[in-house]
Amino acid sequence: MNALVTVGLTHYLVVAAVLFTAGLITVATRRNAVAILMGVELILNAASLNFVAFSRFVHGGIGGQVFSLFIILLAAAEACIALAIVLSIFRNFKNVDVFKTTTLRE
Amino acid sequence: MRFTALHYVVLALLAIGVILGVGVGLTRGEMLVRLNAVTVVFYLLGGLAAACAMAVAFSKNILHSAFALMGTLAGVAGLYFMLGADFIGVVQLLVYVGGILVLILFAVLLTRDITDIKISNLQVSLLGGVPAALLILGVLVRVLVGAPFRAGATAAAPTVGRIGDALLREYLLPFEVASVILLMALVGAMVIARRAVKEEAGADRQNPEVSQ
Repeated sequence: MNALVTVGLTHYLVVAAVLFTAGLITVATRRNAVAILMGVELILNAASLNFVAFSRFVHGGIGGQVFSLFIILLAAAEACIALAIVLSIFRNFKNVDVFKTTTLRE
Repeated sequence: MRFTALHYVVLALLAIGVILGVGVGLTRGEMLVRLNAVTVVFYLLGGLAAACAMAVAFSKNILHSAFALMGTLAGVAGLYFMLGADFIGVVQLLVYVGGILVLILFAVLLTRDITDIKISNLQVSLLGGVPAALLILGVLVRVLVGAPFRAGATAAAPTVGRIGDALLREYLLPFEVASVILLMALVGAMVIARRAVKEEAGADRQNPEVSQ
């Protein structure tokens, strides 16, 4: 029981693994393009959490946190572009179902 | 059966408890040692993040998914603070909760088919996707619980100054590339959105009676 009570590296990694799995399920099973984007954000968060946890418990330096910063930045850029594309697709097709809109334009 | 938020919370807490219990190798005899504040806060934040992540994955309504995503992001921000990463935690709150989540909510509200909420968040092949993902989760947990990390907590110190130093010394090139990427994303999103508006305006000019 001691291993459960004393919070260590493994605990953070398990939470990150749960987040990653939820993101994977979202990406794999959703039909709405915006919902798929939410899954991608979950996966990126899991990776970022792993970086910070390893930086705190194993490496000890600042490098992991800088990487995490870059992940957040790329996620912002990705969400911005992807949502613009989704809105553009919605204008063309009146729909964002990824099974119906298999091309970017008619 | 219709799942409510409470179901997700209970399910996620159970899942974390079972995974940790089995994974860490819970043996007989040793009872609860003592709960300290760090442990309680960790389980609350981790449970919040995991439960909300499950809600994102399984909620029937896409608006509920979007708001559950906020819970996950906030929980992860709390975990960053617990890890001593104060700057990353603040950036997570500002950029994710304040920026990306609002963008996603805008996209949901602009593209959702309001008349029928069911078709806004359909799922395919739950039977195929969920077992595969759970298998991956099992492998991940099995590997990372058994892995011999040389883990020892390092002292937590304020990180803002050190991150600033690192960004302008070791990571100067990635920093500059990142700023160019942000600029590209800004201009690109504007171009994509603007072209569509211009086409609509042009179509309206050609048949004025349609627009009226």
